[in-house]
Order: sequence, then structure tokens, then C-alpha cells
Amino acid sequence: MKRFLPLGIFLVLAVFLAAGLGLNPREVPSPLIDKAAPPFRLPQLQDPGKSLGTEDLKGKVWILNVWASWCVACLEEHPILVEFSKQNVLPIYGLNYKDTPEAALKWLGKHGNPYTLSMEDRDGRVGIDYGVYGVPETYVIDRNGIIRYKRIGPVTVQILEQKILPLVRQLQG
Amino acid sequence: MKAVFAILLLVLCAQSAAREAPSAAADPVLEERVIKLTSDLRCLVCQNQSLADSHADLAIDLKNQVRSQMQAGKSDAEIRDYMVARYGDFVLYDPPFKSSTLLLWAGPFALMLIGLAGLAVYLRSRRRRLPAAELTPSDRARAEALLRGGSGSEPQ
Repeated sequence: MKRFLPLGIFLVLAVFLAAGLGLNPREVPSPLIDKAAPPFRLPQLQDPGKSLGTEDLKGKVWILNVWASWCVACLEEHPILVEFSKQNVLPIYGLNYKDTPEAALKWLGKHGNPYTLSMEDRDGRVGIDYGVYGVPETYVIDRNGIIRYKRIGPVTVQILEQKILPLVRQLQG
Repeated sequence: MKAVFAILLLVLCAQSAAREAPSAAADPVLEERVIKLTSDLRCLVCQNQSLADSHADLAIDLKNQVRSQMQAGKSDAEIRDYMVARYGDFVLYDPPFKSSTLLLWAGPFALMLIGLAGLAVYLRSRRRRLPAAELTPSDRARAEALLRGGSGSEPQ
């Protein structure tokens, strides 16, 4: 009996360590889930004379996707978003985070534009309000302007199909 | 020519240095408050650094945010709440005690209690295993001889 004790302790440690390896320390639970989306009004990327605000989006379920032309990981999710936008399930609004309009427009021209509209957050102030710390980030916001889901890091096909789509269908009722 | 060049170089250096740290020089008392508060806040981009230590883009933005809120007369507690509302308790290096952080705060003490209980069980079982040493009459006689200063002859 006694001689198996070290083996037992080892197994318990191994299980804990294996579980720990599977966790992602970058996935910080957001305190914004089920809270009202922080209000903003920002100039539109394509037409800076016009603005867009959270007020204008009340009554629809929409996605807010934080992106930037300097963001390497954004390229990873971009084709998925472009494909998804063609299905017209819900509007995707882009928050162009700490970018220049020239670089942003060039990037969209090169990689495709999945966004209904993009807004310019040049100083990143709105990003701070949304707790952005690792671009890309994606939020699903419901008809009442409540944040229902947040994804930190690139959206994958799996996340889109298993998390985002079922939630959106439920929210659209 | 060399002198002109040297002066030019000096002027350029002085300019770049002057542009480096406008905020720190402006108000040292405020800057100290900023550093003190941001030392207790975690940088989310480089998670093992505090906001004060980090040079990540976001950390600099957040430091500026802290500075401007302080200039606007906000208290440290208000600024900390502002950060927690956006990034969660995770930004605090000193997280509050509540149900979700129970394991974090109480865990080490629980482990210590388990350890102490294990030690108590072990000591008790050891005492049971080792019989108390008892002296035979001949041991006693030898000990008395030693105490008296004798050489204490070998028994048998």
C-alpha cells in the first residue's frame, strides 16, 4: 500500500498540471458580460463626416469587432468574418482600434470588408471602455444594448458555429 | 566645422531629451500618486507586470488615463473602480475577498491545515510504533555508576 503512495501523489499532481496547461491565462473573464454596452459616438471610417453611436443600434442584435491594420491575429479571423458577413445573419460593426484611416482602408481593400460600417477609435478611448486589451476582440450585443458574449482573440469557425451563432439565433428569437 | 557639428548634435540631443518626459516633470507629486496606484494594477497585455512597470501600448494609455483622471480630481478608489468595471478584479494585484476569490485567499490556509493534520497523524502513529524506552535493573546500575564518576564496567 505504502509503496503506491508516491505514485498516487504523482498522479494527482499530473492531473492538476494537465488541467492547468489547458487553461488560457489570457482569457480574463470580462465584467462587461450582461452589462450595458458602454455608449460611444465615433466618426465612421469610410466617411469621417458622419458618425455612428450605440444609440443608432438599439433594437438590433449586432456584433462589435475590434480590429486594426497593425494587428496580426486579425488576419487569422478575417476570412471567417468575411465569409460570415455574406450570410447576412446580423450586422457586424468594426471598431478600428488605434489605427490610421489610410492604413485601415488599405487593409480592408486588400483583405475584404465584412463590416456594415467601421468606426474610428484613434486614441483607443472607446477600446478602454470596452476593456479591450488583445485585438481582435468580438462582442455580441443584444436588442437592448446589453453585451451577451465577448471573445478575446481571433474568432474561429468552431467558436462562430458553436457559440456565436446559437446565441445570435436565440437573441433574434 | 567640428565645433558647429558638435553644437548641432548637442541641440538635437537636448531636444529629443526634452520631448521624452513631459508629464513626469510637470507635477512630481501627481506622478508619484500615478506610480503608486498603477503599481497595484496589472498590465493585461504582459500579465506579470504592473501597469507602472509596463511599456506596452495599452499600459501607457491606461497610465495616461489614470493621470488625467487624477488631474480631474478623482480619488484612488474611484480610479480603481473604473479599471475593475472594465477589466474585472483581475487587474488588481490585491483582489477583494468574495466567493469567486475564496479559493485564492483561503486555499493556502486550507493547505496548511491539511499539512498540520497530516503531521499530527504521523506523529501519533510513530509514538505508537516506538515503545517507550525502559531501563533494565542492570542499565540503571550502570547509569548510577557513571553518575558517581566511576568508569561503569561493561555489563556481562
